Amino acid sequence: MASDSLTTTGYIKHHLQNLAYGQHPDGTWGLAHSAAEAREMGFWAIHLDTMFWSVALGALFVWSFGKAARKATADTPSGWLNFVEWVIDFIDDNVRGSFSGKNDLIAPLSLTLFVWILMMNLMDLVPVDWIPQIAHLMGIEYMKVVPTTDPNATFGMALGVFLLTLYYSIKVKGPMGFAAELTMQPFQATNPILKIILMPINFFLEFVSLVAKPISLSLRLFGNLFAGEMIFILIALLFSGGLAFALVGGVLQLGWAIFHILIVLLQAFIFMTLTIVYLEMAHSHH
Amino acid sequence: MNINLTLIGQTIAFAVFVWFCMKFVWPPIISALNERKTRIADGLAAADEGQREKARAEEHAAEVLEEAKGQAQEIIRRAERRETEMVEEAKTTARGEGDRILTAARGEIDKEVNQARETLRAQLATLVVAGAGQILSREVDEKAHSQLIDELTQEL
Repeated sequence: MASDSLTTTGYIKHHLQNLAYGQHPDGTWGLAHSAAEAREMGFWAIHLDTMFWSVALGALFVWSFGKAARKATADTPSGWLNFVEWVIDFIDDNVRGSFSGKNDLIAPLSLTLFVWILMMNLMDLVPVDWIPQIAHLMGIEYMKVVPTTDPNATFGMALGVFLLTLYYSIKVKGPMGFAAELTMQPFQATNPILKIILMPINFFLEFVSLVAKPISLSLRLFGNLFAGEMIFILIALLFSGGLAFALVGGVLQLGWAIFHILIVLLQAFIFMTLTIVYLEMAHSHH
Repeated sequence: MNINLTLIGQTIAFAVFVWFCMKFVWPPIISALNERKTRIADGLAAADEGQREKARAEEHAAEVLEEAKGQAQEIIRRAERRETEMVEEAKTTARGEGDRILTAARGEIDKEVNQARETLRAQLATLVVAGAGQILSREVDEKAHSQLIDELTQEL
């Protein structure tokens, strides 16, 4: 299977290692050849596989949807445009249901999040050894094909959503309004002195809940997909255990893949819905 | 599973895709969808209007038909009346004409009778005079007695 791992642990570890490019401790730039090397690179390293697959899938999304958009017509739609319209109608319904204000960014943002995350998640259904094996034949040591099992990817998107939340909070409520929201509740007082005393407590609570939003948003997606991928890897281990195990593995893989479709869809949908909800909260006054 | 630059790269990629989607994907499709929505609504409204129009037209047609029936009845009734009138008129005219012809014939007959009577009278007078003349040819001078004969003729 994988180049340097004949043991079960080695196989799993190999599958969970991203293709990292960064600065080695000795000062040279290059690919990390082991998990330890990748760890030593610290923050100034980039996961080439995560970036490649996420950007490729995102590009596929904007290209295919952009193609449909160019052919958009109020007459009878056909083929691909039909499907795109169905997706857009679905997203639009969801945004209208959760977002009360008027903001032209929310709906395209939701569409991008939903379709992009869904496409990245669907990579999980490709049998776990196929693409890494091809990459290995091409001389690439590590290849993790599901970007959403890399916390960098999910945190990256959640960070984008978090920045938008901050931007709209300040834009809609004003800097003072936003500051008041962070410090004047949940404990409220009419006495000015008491107000000042309550400020740090309120700020602590509100700050935690503010920061918890993007973290929970990204960890939820990461956790679900990571666990899903892990199970696929464990099932794949059965294929090396002889014909009987391989048969069981085949059945299990099929079953888990079918069940995983639900998780894949659901997690993309949850990420999108929560993004809409957070932005709605940023737009509304308490 | 290290947090590294990928985080920033992913955020930038995310922003670019959202921007592209917001600029080139969402607006044309959603505007097409909305336009189609209004078109369908308009079409349905037009269909409703057409249905109502049809109902109205049917009502109107029934009204016109009813009116036409009434008119036809009226025309028939009038024609019947006119027929009897004409027959009556013709009868009256014929009777009048008959009367007139009868009267004229009577007049003619009277005239003929009078004429015949006149002729007869004249001829009788001539005959009488001729007879008397023959009887009295010698002694009676025609010229001397012509006045007498004329008086006689007048009396006849």
